[in-house]
Amino acid sequence: MHTDQLVTMLAQGAEPVARRASGRRFAAALLAGSVAAVVLMLALLGLRPDLREAVRDAMFWVKLGVPALLLVAGLVACTRLGRPGLRIGSAGAVLLLPVAVIWLLAAFALDSAPASARVALVLGDSSAACVASIALLATPTFIAVFWAMKGLAPTRPALAGAFSGLVAGAAGALVYSWHCPEMAAPFIATWYLLGIAGPAIVGALLGPVLLRW
Amino acid sequence: MSGREDELRSLLVRGLGGDGASYHAFLKDLSGFLRAYLRGRLAGIPDEVEDLVQETLLAVHNQRHTYDRGQPLTAWVHAIARYKMIDLFRRRSGREVLHEPLDDDALFAASDEGAREARRDLAVLLEQLPDRHRLPIQYVKIDGMSVAEAARVTGMSESAVKVGIHRGLKALAALVRQ
Repeated sequence: MHTDQLVTMLAQGAEPVARRASGRRFAAALLAGSVAAVVLMLALLGLRPDLREAVRDAMFWVKLGVPALLLVAGLVACTRLGRPGLRIGSAGAVLLLPVAVIWLLAAFALDSAPASARVALVLGDSSAACVASIALLATPTFIAVFWAMKGLAPTRPALAGAFSGLVAGAAGALVYSWHCPEMAAPFIATWYLLGIAGPAIVGALLGPVLLRW
Repeated sequence: MSGREDELRSLLVRGLGGDGASYHAFLKDLSGFLRAYLRGRLAGIPDEVEDLVQETLLAVHNQRHTYDRGQPLTAWVHAIARYKMIDLFRRRSGREVLHEPLDDDALFAASDEGAREARRDLAVLLEQLPDRHRLPIQYVKIDGMSVAEAARVTGMSESAVKVGIHRGLKALAALVRQ
């Protein structure tokens, strides 16, 4: 086929293209993934029994705020990474903010605790369950966000996969924190961030395989 | 420089809005720029140029929804062309990766209208697509039928015809990558 014929073929009957299609795609993916994660959490884990008291504790909201901010920054990065020629921009730097905040809080908590209590503050009672549960609750969003990214054209597929995984991990952590009874900053700074990093690493590995176009 | 970019950009924007003639002019002009640009980059493998021009045009079309109307057109086209070029190098050697710094501004500097025959014939690849993809593309994109006419001839629904075209052109791009 001659190039001029290809040009004519591509232009023939080309439909108008909707604006903001990529944002809608990610919004739909996030909604579907989050609903599935909430259902999974309620069915398998349940809300924490002391939720009424917990919502009056500032730490509960810090625990929600960290993954929420990671989620928003990750989503913004995804919508940019999916479009050729756009850089991540400030979304990458915003990512560091919640990490820095929770690490500072953790350092402060560890510093003011007696030496004998420090290990317990980090390990909590549910570290293994935390990482595994976040990974489980991240899975529906992981699939949905990869689907959304697959409809775009990431020119850096490993990075696009990593941020897709990060969004999924953050969504998983956000949902998990309604079940998880842990309230110590060192615990969150360690296991929540590890739980979120897991899907991000898996995403970075799968991106080059799944996101080619 | 910016005059060319502005002109091309407005053709694309009108094309995205559904103006077929503008979109045709955009792709036609773009193929000239891509040919000159890729001919410079692929000096060692001139036989690959026209194939890569076609592959890039197909990618531009398939991914046209990722163009942000506020974004410089050069950056978008350049990123697509570079992605396809690096993909070509990977396919050719598996080892060879080009680290040459690529100048964004060079893309619309020169145009080469002298299309040669591509070595890979997209018409042959098109034949390999399943009927649900091939027939909508044949009737609408090549024979110039309306979607409604193609739906009548094939017995498919109109939305199935549209989906068939969309997925079929993506499947065609996937065949090219193999």
